[in-house]
Amino acid sequence: MNRRRCVVGKRSGEIARKRLKLLLAAEKTDCSPDFLEMIKDDICAVVSKYMDIDPEEIEVGITKAVFKGVPDRVPAFYANIPARCLSYKGII
Amino acid sequence: MSEVIVITSGKGGVGKTTTSANIGTGLAMLGMRVALIDTDIGLRNLDVVMGLENRIVYNLVDVVEGNCRMKQALIRDKRYPNLYLLPSAQTRDKSAVNPEQMIKLTEDLKDDFDYILLDCPAGIEQGFRNAVAGADRALVVTTPEVSAIRDADRIIGLLENGDMGQIQLIVNRVRTDMVRRGDMMSVDDVMDILAVPLLGAIPDDEAIVISTNQGEPLAGTDTPSGQAYMDICKRLLGEDIPVCIPEAGRSLISRLTGFLKRA
Repeated sequence: MNRRRCVVGKRSGEIARKRLKLLLAAEKTDCSPDFLEMIKDDICAVVSKYMDIDPEEIEVGITKAVFKGVPDRVPAFYANIPARCLSYKGII
Repeated sequence: MSEVIVITSGKGGVGKTTTSANIGTGLAMLGMRVALIDTDIGLRNLDVVMGLENRIVYNLVDVVEGNCRMKQALIRDKRYPNLYLLPSAQTRDKSAVNPEQMIKLTEDLKDDFDYILLDCPAGIEQGFRNAVAGADRALVVTTPEVSAIRDADRIIGLLENGDMGQIQLIVNRVRTDMVRRGDMMSVDDVMDILAVPLLGAIPDDEAIVISTNQGEPLAGTDTPSGQAYMDICKRLLGEDIPVCIPEAGRSLISRLTGFLKRA
């Protein structure tokens, strides 16, 4: 069991969860999962210029959120990017 | 004040009919007057799960077309006198009934029953539209698998657009052992993805197969799934019972062999 975990890297439950999140977000916005993957890659490229992040840990999707001054919950794009180190990457 | 509840899922084979039978039976055990309606015209199954397949004379389409009175088509359950089944037609198709007729049918039942449960067919076509037409509340059944959750999400979208009063989630066939080792999405994961309030979770329990074989729903019996279904019924009646998922109801032998394989 442990061996499989090493080979795959992630447990299948987690793989299923991530695949679904991406798929459902894509279906809600009527665009392909590739579209979200492309945004994710671009965000990753920009953010990693400034801080240490793991591309594998980034989660993007579409959700519904409340915004100031808007009465209803509206679709919102979100990106969760766990930062490993917040110090400005050796630039300062 | 009676309530019309549709049990739906999008995907087939996730346990809509089993859930309908067990919630109906559980509510009847708790003293409610319950009418179970099989809306799957052409592919009826609620009658066999309830063990009432030999008592069918008239069906839903007969009632809608005026070939018989409602009372003639309703079959009284063999164990609970306050539980009735309106079977579906086997030799017709979904187009035999329209949403307006279904609304009238459920309205007609409201005088005599506290709960009217509609077992919805799989899919998002006319059968689905017929089943949800007269419902005040929808219970979306899913399993912790990608295909079932994707379809549940689609169904939830359709229900929201159709202004369904209340939408709640039932996660079926949960295997706590697989969730624990990370090979199955947890109930929390499913809730997070679908963003719908949870009504209950049912463990993957071999007692369900036995109960279906015998045609006797197991709600309220001393089995993990029987207890989970009873908890759902009590929550429907307004009791505040926390959701806990009992260990999968597998026999000692299969659990032991499973353990030995893993070791």
